[in-house]
Amino acid sequence: MKYDEIMVRYGELSTKGKNRKSFIDRLGSNVRNVLHDYPEVKVHPDHDRMHLVLNGSDSDGVMARLQNVFGIENYSPSVKVDLEQSAVDAKAIELLTEQYQPGMTFKIDTRRSNHHFGLSTYEMNDHVGGVILQAFDDIHVQMKHPDVTLRVEVRNNGIFLSSHTFDGAMGMPVGTAGKGMMMLSGGIDSPVAAYLAMKRGVQVEMVHFFSPPYTSQQALDKAMELTGKLTAYTGKIRFIQVPFTKIQEEVKEKVPEGYLMTVQRRMMLRLTVALAEQRHGLGIFNGESLGQVASQTMESMLAINDVTAMPILRPLVSMDKNEIIDIAKKIDTFDLSVLPFEDCCTIFAPPAPKTRPNLERTREFEKRIDVDGLVAEALAGVKMTEIKPGETFLNQQEDVFAELL
Amino acid sequence: MIYFDNSATTKVAPSVLETYQKVSEQIWGNPSSLHNFGEQADHLLEQSRQQIADLLGVNLSEILFTSGGTEGDNWVVKGTAMEKRAFGRHIITSSVEHPAVHNSMEQLAQLGYEITYLPVDEEGRVSAADVAAAIRPDTILVSVMAVNNEVGSIQPLLEIADVLKDKPTIHFHIDAVQGIGKGIPELIFNDRVDFITFSGHKFHAPRGIGFIYARAGKRLAPLMTGGGQERNLRSGTENLPAIAGMARALRLMLENESDNVANERAVRQRILDHVKDFPKVTLFSQPNDHFAPHILCFAIEGVRGETIVHAFEDHDIYISTTSACSSKKHLASSTLTAMKVPEQVSTSAVRVSLDENNTLAEADTFNDVFDQLYEQFKKINS
Repeated sequence: MKYDEIMVRYGELSTKGKNRKSFIDRLGSNVRNVLHDYPEVKVHPDHDRMHLVLNGSDSDGVMARLQNVFGIENYSPSVKVDLEQSAVDAKAIELLTEQYQPGMTFKIDTRRSNHHFGLSTYEMNDHVGGVILQAFDDIHVQMKHPDVTLRVEVRNNGIFLSSHTFDGAMGMPVGTAGKGMMMLSGGIDSPVAAYLAMKRGVQVEMVHFFSPPYTSQQALDKAMELTGKLTAYTGKIRFIQVPFTKIQEEVKEKVPEGYLMTVQRRMMLRLTVALAEQRHGLGIFNGESLGQVASQTMESMLAINDVTAMPILRPLVSMDKNEIIDIAKKIDTFDLSVLPFEDCCTIFAPPAPKTRPNLERTREFEKRIDVDGLVAEALAGVKMTEIKPGETFLNQQEDVFAELL
Repeated sequence: MIYFDNSATTKVAPSVLETYQKVSEQIWGNPSSLHNFGEQADHLLEQSRQQIADLLGVNLSEILFTSGGTEGDNWVVKGTAMEKRAFGRHIITSSVEHPAVHNSMEQLAQLGYEITYLPVDEEGRVSAADVAAAIRPDTILVSVMAVNNEVGSIQPLLEIADVLKDKPTIHFHIDAVQGIGKGIPELIFNDRVDFITFSGHKFHAPRGIGFIYARAGKRLAPLMTGGGQERNLRSGTENLPAIAGMARALRLMLENESDNVANERAVRQRILDHVKDFPKVTLFSQPNDHFAPHILCFAIEGVRGETIVHAFEDHDIYISTTSACSSKKHLASSTLTAMKVPEQVSTSAVRVSLDENNTLAEADTFNDVFDQLYEQFKKINS
């Protein structure tokens, strides 16, 4: 079936009172962002629903993109016919033919914004229902939970019919909750945490620590590639890489082994807070899940969190590893995350980190390094890039290789 | 030169050779190396694998590279025997298989495996009913070729898959070395086909490269153990220039499969129509859909096959006695023997095998030369 329009129904934001308009505008621009390479699609974010006029572009491709946009409850591709009853009847039969199974149930759901056209709402339901009953042998009307709801929408510029409704990604439009800094290591957890933050409307910026030569270029590329995967939900994401070699060397040299990890994490957090302040971020997100590793005990969180009053949000805090892996597979980050490149969290991991670091002692040990100087130096070396959908980092020669193959 | 011996080997396509050379010159790192130079080679390796998987409509992980058809056949037959020896030691195959399968079976027979060789009909085809009748509780493998390399008959693969449908523990292997890109509707990757063997040099890739399709979840013991390449199933540093070249060659062939097949079929028909009416000619390949479009096998009674090959060679036309592998051993064709063709006829058999570059004009030249030679052979053959 060739569709003319896709109608999008808004999720929770319909209930959000005064912010409603800004939410709808944001959703509209997010939809335009993910469809940036479909220039002929026109996006109309109206007050109750959004209409995407396809102008001939491939509806399956457009719907695949919509599938990832948060703030959409569901969407229906629709076909436009002229303001003529016979055209409505013929198209209704055509749509149902695609889905017909003997014994199936259906109902007609008519809406009219054009009150000058022919039949009233009830008459339309009744008439089209009759047409369908005539056309198919074994089909029944059912008002509650029918197999197919055929929607007929009478507007001034035509009549729109749709028989499929697909669930959207739910959640809130990305950006409506403000901006947050995401500490992205490249493991399994942090991309999932970023996804969940975005799902609740947070515009995330990725903060990635890299320590050449202890970590490889591939580890950095992998973090950027993961960010690229997550752009499917927003359109584009800022990626901030923070040089961390000097700090790791200093900490390793001066801090007792049991506290290496705790002090390193405090330094990472300080840097992320500084970046959040520079960039008007309202909070920090990470992929910590309680009890998963040494740094993710309540004691560790207390000792690390000590450096800031900014909220640190942990979307995965109570999830089990396999629940996290399920989401990572769903959002297609799992295979990338398990690529075996050393990241800065594993490279200096002591054999036996303190799972219950003492806050006072942490503060004491940290005095052995020049905290402010190291932070300032790392911030001076920060590099920012904007990652767009479709960009690839791990195998930049893909196109070159394609010529060979 | 007219080259009608494409079932023996094909000419490497110029652009494939270009790929081979560029990869050898520029991306010669070891895909297993940690550094970026090796990493690039690994990317090209996986991209090649992806392209092959996409062309065939299967998963990336279901393609495993080998050194060619002989290795693929050896691997599936012996690898299955090793993997499943605790479950049974009975194997079913046809009596017209390529020696790479047949001799692997013979080796297993010496180790105590039991092999059932199914008979073929006058077209060189096994019957699915015979497969069904041969199955025993301890059967572990059914191995059948897609297209016979000597006469071109297509085996009833779909019917055999049907017989095996409710026998999921039996591995089903297809030797498709002669079958790929020839518009064979039976050669599909359905959910009852476990392993398929392919060879690169039969479709304009270099020698020494091939691959098998191994359906996800089906296990095969490795024959090559070592550094753990190919997911630890086939060790040995990957032959990347040839792999990339093969990925390209496969694309080139499959992109134009229907045109290629139509052309091959037309050329073959032109020769077949010409030679079939000569009284001393016996056709072994028929113009029906039981035969692949690119192979034509016939005999001129009373003249040895090698005499015919050399006589054509004097006219710069290259054909072969039945299969290239057995042609120097002066043996009667094993396929024709299995088809119950008497030895005095089968030793007179020759094979014309085509590729997409052969033309009708070449067929006409062949036919003219055929007329001359037929007259000439009358002198020794009256």
